[in-house]
Amino acid sequence: MSDLVDSFYAHMPEFDETPPSALSPEERASLLKSFYPDYRPEGKATIRVGPNAGTVVPEEVATLLESRSRIEGPRLIPDHPDRDVDVLIIGGGGAGITAALHASEKGASVLLATKLRVGDSNTVMAEGGIQSALGEGDSPVDHFRDTFRGGHGANDPALLSVLVQEGPQMVEWLISRGILFDRDPQGNLSLRKGGGTSRPRLISAKDYTGLELIRVLKEDVVNAPVEILEFSPAVELLQGPGGACAGAVLWDLDSRKYLYVKARTVILATGGTGRLHLGGFATSNHFGATGDGLCMAYRMGAKLVHIDSFQYHPTGVIFPSEMAGMLITEAVRGAGARMYNRLGRRFVNELETRDVVASAIIRECSEGRGVPTPSGASGVYLDLASIDREAGEGTVLKRFPNIVKLMTRHQVDPTRFPILVYPTLHYQNGGLQTDPNGHTSISNLLVAGEASGGLHGTNRLMGNSLLELFVFGRRAGLEAVKESRERAPFSWKEVSMAHVDHFEQALAREFEGADRPMAPTLFPDYRRKDS
Amino acid sequence: MDTSQKEHETMVHVSINGREYDVPAGSTMVQAMWYTGHEVIHGIGCLGGVCGACATVYRMKGDFRLRNALACQTLVQDGMSFSMLDSYPIQRAHYDVASLTDPKEELFTFYPESATCRNCNACTEVCPQGIDVRDSVWRANFGDFKAVAELTMSCVMCGLCVSRCIAEMAPHEIALYARRAYGAKELPFPTNLRTRLGEIEKGIFSKEMDRLLALSPEELKKECEVKS
Repeated sequence: MSDLVDSFYAHMPEFDETPPSALSPEERASLLKSFYPDYRPEGKATIRVGPNAGTVVPEEVATLLESRSRIEGPRLIPDHPDRDVDVLIIGGGGAGITAALHASEKGASVLLATKLRVGDSNTVMAEGGIQSALGEGDSPVDHFRDTFRGGHGANDPALLSVLVQEGPQMVEWLISRGILFDRDPQGNLSLRKGGGTSRPRLISAKDYTGLELIRVLKEDVVNAPVEILEFSPAVELLQGPGGACAGAVLWDLDSRKYLYVKARTVILATGGTGRLHLGGFATSNHFGATGDGLCMAYRMGAKLVHIDSFQYHPTGVIFPSEMAGMLITEAVRGAGARMYNRLGRRFVNELETRDVVASAIIRECSEGRGVPTPSGASGVYLDLASIDREAGEGTVLKRFPNIVKLMTRHQVDPTRFPILVYPTLHYQNGGLQTDPNGHTSISNLLVAGEASGGLHGTNRLMGNSLLELFVFGRRAGLEAVKESRERAPFSWKEVSMAHVDHFEQALAREFEGADRPMAPTLFPDYRRKDS
Repeated sequence: MDTSQKEHETMVHVSINGREYDVPAGSTMVQAMWYTGHEVIHGIGCLGGVCGACATVYRMKGDFRLRNALACQTLVQDGMSFSMLDSYPIQRAHYDVASLTDPKEELFTFYPESATCRNCNACTEVCPQGIDVRDSVWRANFGDFKAVAELTMSCVMCGLCVSRCIAEMAPHEIALYARRAYGAKELPFPTNLRTRLGEIEKGIFSKEMDRLLALSPEELKKECEVKS
């Protein structure tokens, strides 16, 4: 161990395993209201311009939505588009790849544009698993009920019923691609328990579930008849006749040139907003998660839903600080890991929903029962040793090899020492309003994955986002092909960025001409300011 | 976020892409690049050690050995010189896993070079995930795809093994092929999934689902309130 890690772990309390008392529904509601960042007044702003005007959201989200374009006026477009395709998919994570595979299978011309490499996304980082109701005594109906309860009843029932009923079919598809999920000795898919669920329902590939999914699906999309443009994020959508979407402007990060794509249908699969560091929180998200799709679509007039709702995953690493934000999967708590405060006491049932567990950790730390770190942060202990004690020596290493590998690289052996954790910004619960076929409120603009909203209500259960990518990625891909075939032909001359001009005029009126920040930002900037 | 300066007062001397800098101890290689003003785009993906974008080559002062690492996961040390390998060229087989008929033989159609391993073990020594890469290549050659799957589950596809292979093969792509063939062609289809798909096909959950969907929002909330 390094000196720093050594001295940090030199003073630890005795852990008292007495279970904490169960929470009543009233206590749960009051805990959330008092401590969960979504319900706190600080760091919030009211949206003033656009379809969601009046909604109170984190300041960083308001800044993203009420921003000016990267492309300065007058926004002239070239005489001819650089590409002309049936379906343009923006984003190369799980939802974008799934949409591309299904759209290209139907014979459409498909262009997949992505900010970094194909697969660089939150999907590849998913550790825990996919929820799918496969157990005896479980059913899609139970999956529906658990998710609806976990989402505080704000979920769109139409989206949710599709998710739970088509889930198993998408698991079958993944297996047919050669994705390896953990099996029990009888050859069944192993089912693990996640927070807020009534049955074990998570299928996983150890704690490498997202990596296993992306390795395979990336190879498939690279081998499919899909044109792929990497390092080419979209920075603006294009508008066609009747206000429908007609393509996008991409920004080539290497040549630093714009690329104009005419498309009969566009699918936004741009993911979430973790790298905007809402409220100063660390994040578990990949480097490109800056909410690009939200701000581009918002300028075009697309409605957002639950855009005030975010998931702060309870267990992000907070020490050593170079790891800040990195996720420790909820599956460790499903397997029996316990949490302790500075006094060595348990303070919440570890399998409450994520928002409740996160609130309880924030409560402990803000009321002085957190464990201070050398950099001045605080957290609570997440102890994996109880897993090995209960399920047998070596269980942690067998089921969570990635966590052991990552922590050990930073001189902490998680089978012997508890991991210090604090909530980390993990997931955007809301997003673009959608229906079961991926439509947004803008014609020929579809959405899939984390960029969409409504499915999860205001709190997502573990494993439902991976399932969402496949169920709704497929649906969006197929719908995009259908729409591109049904759409009346239109000319490039009818394509413009007039919606951007109009949105900026509305901003200028509302903010009285004050300069607005530019978005999408594409990446966070962590460079030292005086370097 | 980069808060490492607060934890570590001390600075270490490093060389990044051939230029010398002092950076805070306790930084990862990527954080050291940010600290020194580098804009890193090629070479960053997840920042969590699983996407394989940040393969890096380094040497320590006074040591002739060439080492490799993932830059987002490796702390800088005094006297370290490093450069990122943004992308290593590879040749990837073009195949559809569903249409494989004899995967063990077809391995040599798609990756004939896999049979030319000269056992030098450099791939295993370089792997930042600690995979026994050499063994995985041989297991693939002998058709033991199950063993390949077990050996290479943690592969992040960074391609460092390719950079060292004297037979110039891409062991991580060979492993991916073997794992996929094993999952799609060898492993029996899971019984619990088969059963559930059949039940859904028969529509045995539709009635209860339709009943839920017909409820008012308030009734639905009440209905789902308690864990069943």
